[in-house]
Amino acid sequence: MRVGVITFPGSLDDRDAQRAVKLGGAVPVALWHGDHDLKNVDAIVLPGGFSYGDYLRAGAIAAHSPIMSEVIAAANGGMPVLGICNGFQILVESHLLPGGLVRNDHGDFVCRDQKLRVENIDTAWSNGFKEDEEIIIPLKNGEGGYIADQETLDRLEGEGQVVFRYLEINPNGSANDIAGISNARGNVVGLMPHPEHATEPGFGPDTRVAMRSGTDGLTFFTSAITSLMANA
Amino acid sequence: MPTIVVEVMPKAEILDPQGKAVAGALVRLDRSEFTSVRIGKRFELTVDGPITADLLAEARAIANDLLANTVIEDVIYVGEARGADGSQTAAEGA
Repeated sequence: MRVGVITFPGSLDDRDAQRAVKLGGAVPVALWHGDHDLKNVDAIVLPGGFSYGDYLRAGAIAAHSPIMSEVIAAANGGMPVLGICNGFQILVESHLLPGGLVRNDHGDFVCRDQKLRVENIDTAWSNGFKEDEEIIIPLKNGEGGYIADQETLDRLEGEGQVVFRYLEINPNGSANDIAGISNARGNVVGLMPHPEHATEPGFGPDTRVAMRSGTDGLTFFTSAITSLMANA
Repeated sequence: MPTIVVEVMPKAEILDPQGKAVAGALVRLDRSEFTSVRIGKRFELTVDGPITADLLAEARAIANDLLANTVIEDVIYVGEARGADGSQTAAEGA
C-alpha cells in the first residue's frame, strides 16, 4: 500500500506523517504541491503546518495549489484522504469537507495532549478503533475553532459525520466540541489534533503506563490500510 | 495605477478575537464610547488599464472563490478605491 504525503511550502509535519505511514505498515510516498502527479498512491495525507504561510486564511492558498485538483478528483472517487490540522483546514477550504476553521476563541495558540472520543468507526481512518473509544493525541493550533451553520451541524450530527469529539476540555471553541469530521462517504476525514505525533513509544503523549508511551495515533494509519485491503 | 479594492469581514455571528482584543485595549485607554471592534481585510488589486465592468466581475469572482471563505466571511465591498469619506479616489496613483 502506498500512502502519499503532500508537502506544501510551509508544511511542518510532512516527515512525521511519512514516518507514521511507515510505522503503520504502508509505504510513504512524498508528493509535491506544485505537481499534477499522485504517483499511483492508494491514499493521501495532507499534513500539518502553515501552508503558504497561511497568509490569506489557514489552508486557503494550498486549497488552490496544482496537486489539489488531483486530490479532489481522487477523494471524490473514493480514495482515503486524511487532513491533519493545516490539512483539515485545506480540506474545508477545498470544500471536500463542510464548515470552516477560525481562530481559537481565546486568541492564543494551544499545544496539549488532547483527549478525544472516537464517535464514528466506519470511516477509512477510524475503523481500527472501538466504538466510543477514548484516545489521547497531541493538539497544536491557533486556528482550530470548527464552525458551520446550524443546518450543516445538524446534518453532521445526524449522519454520524462527527468522527472525533473533544473530551474534558474544548481547546479552541469548536462548535459542539467537534475535533474531526468526515464526508458522507467516510473516505475523507479531517481533524485538528495530530495522530502522526502519537505513533511510536518514546515520542507520544504521556499515559498511565509510562511517560511518552501513547501510540493512539497509529490506529489512523492502520485503519487506512485495513480499509484499502477491504476494498482491494 | 487603477486599483480595485475588495473588503472582507468575518461574519457577524463569528467571534473575532482580534477585534475583541482591540476593544479591550480601548476600554483600558478609557475610550469606552466605542463598544465593539471588528477586524477585517482589505485587498488592493492593481490593473494596468482602466477598470471595466468585466474586471470588476472578475474581481468579484476572485473575492468569493479565494479572497474570502464565505462559510466564515462576507465580501462587503468590491469596487474602485475610495476615500475615507466614501468618495472615489480617481486621482490615486496618477
